[in-house]
Amino acid sequence: MKHVLSPLDFSTDELDRLMDLACDIEKNPQKYAKKCEGKQLATLFYEPSTRTRLSFESAMLSLGGSVLGFSSADSSSAAKGESVSDTIRVISCYADICAIRHPKEGAPLVASLRSGIPVINAGDGGHQHPTQTMTDLLSIRSLKGSICHMTVGLCGDLKFGRTVHSLIHALVRYPDIHFVLISPKELQIPDYIREDVLKARGIPFEEVTDLEDAMPKLDILYMTRVQKERFFNEEEYIRMKDCYILDVEKMKLAKQDMLVLHPLPRVNEISVEVDEDPRAAYFKQARYGKYIRMALILTLLELA
Amino acid sequence: MLNIGGLQNGIVLDHIQAGKSMSIYKHLGLDKLDCQVAIIKNARSNKMGRKDIIKIEGGLDKVDLNVLGYIDHNITVNIIKNDVIVEKKTLSLPREITGVIHCKNPRCITSVEQELPHVFLLSDEETQTYRCKYCEEKYTL
Repeated sequence: MKHVLSPLDFSTDELDRLMDLACDIEKNPQKYAKKCEGKQLATLFYEPSTRTRLSFESAMLSLGGSVLGFSSADSSSAAKGESVSDTIRVISCYADICAIRHPKEGAPLVASLRSGIPVINAGDGGHQHPTQTMTDLLSIRSLKGSICHMTVGLCGDLKFGRTVHSLIHALVRYPDIHFVLISPKELQIPDYIREDVLKARGIPFEEVTDLEDAMPKLDILYMTRVQKERFFNEEEYIRMKDCYILDVEKMKLAKQDMLVLHPLPRVNEISVEVDEDPRAAYFKQARYGKYIRMALILTLLELA
Repeated sequence: MLNIGGLQNGIVLDHIQAGKSMSIYKHLGLDKLDCQVAIIKNARSNKMGRKDIIKIEGGLDKVDLNVLGYIDHNITVNIIKNDVIVEKKTLSLPREITGVIHCKNPRCITSVEQELPHVFLLSDEETQTYRCKYCEEKYTL
């Protein structure tokens, strides 16, 4: 039985197979419409999420399976003080696979240690978000043709942005990737990413504060939201939230084939007029998120 | 010169950095043992100038070498049997340590689920860096 806690739980070959399957699902949805008949997905969401939860549920329903679960800690037995370990042991009796989102980092790992069913990390605090990463990789591969030889700009909250951490972890395994890390000093990537992932592997990267200067060299611009829920201090959040706003003027500085990605939801970091630009790929990215989750569910349930 | 009686059967932890013996005494849980334990502080040493030594009566099962390796892997562990040193063990940094240090990341699952063991994994031997198994936060003193 396999769990997915980090994007590194799959080798690049396994990810390739997963993405091939996702592409086939996109082309032939009917072929997969009954693959999960009789199977149940539990969505254990201890903190609010619309997109990820609905994406998982839509994925399972599109495979002919059914879903159960909760969408906030208040409506679960966690409110009564039940541990993650106990919850997963109970859920293992009801469902065949589960996706867990938790505000505390490492909660999905704790769940996996006691689980009788495959556990998918659907985001744990500021730590990891592997299915978003798989979505990002599929988006890059589908829209760029491959995942190599490119300069990837990551912009915004690089300190608490788990999607960013997971994406860096995943991209360093592909050849000739150069990173431009664009953030205010206070929201730079954590030291374990800088030291253990980038420097330890000799990956070229630069840390800059100016988005406009970085724009012309980027093949991918991955924008992130400054997340209010990651700050303990409201004042600090307000000071940081408007740091970088991508608008039409800045897009003029970019390459003609640059892609703009964003894990969504956005607040104001990408102005709505950019949506009309053909390089804006974040809504297509959301669609890829469903296909990759369908492929992941099939793979983990050994139904592929 | 202070004389401490010899050890017939037991363990001598030698080459402890001067002043560190009480910390080791605490981390190894030696206060909970009912055998004889001698702590020698600031003993003269050709190699170190000053060093601490701990003598523990009994077998090797009294000491968690993983914990000791984490605290100071330069400590020498001498095994004494019938008044003779029969083995000298060298320590290495343990790959995993459980229940010795605690994760301080307020966003870590261990901050809310008290029964979880605090487990740290060695992530970089050169810099002796340990990271929480759950949240991957680096341990800092």
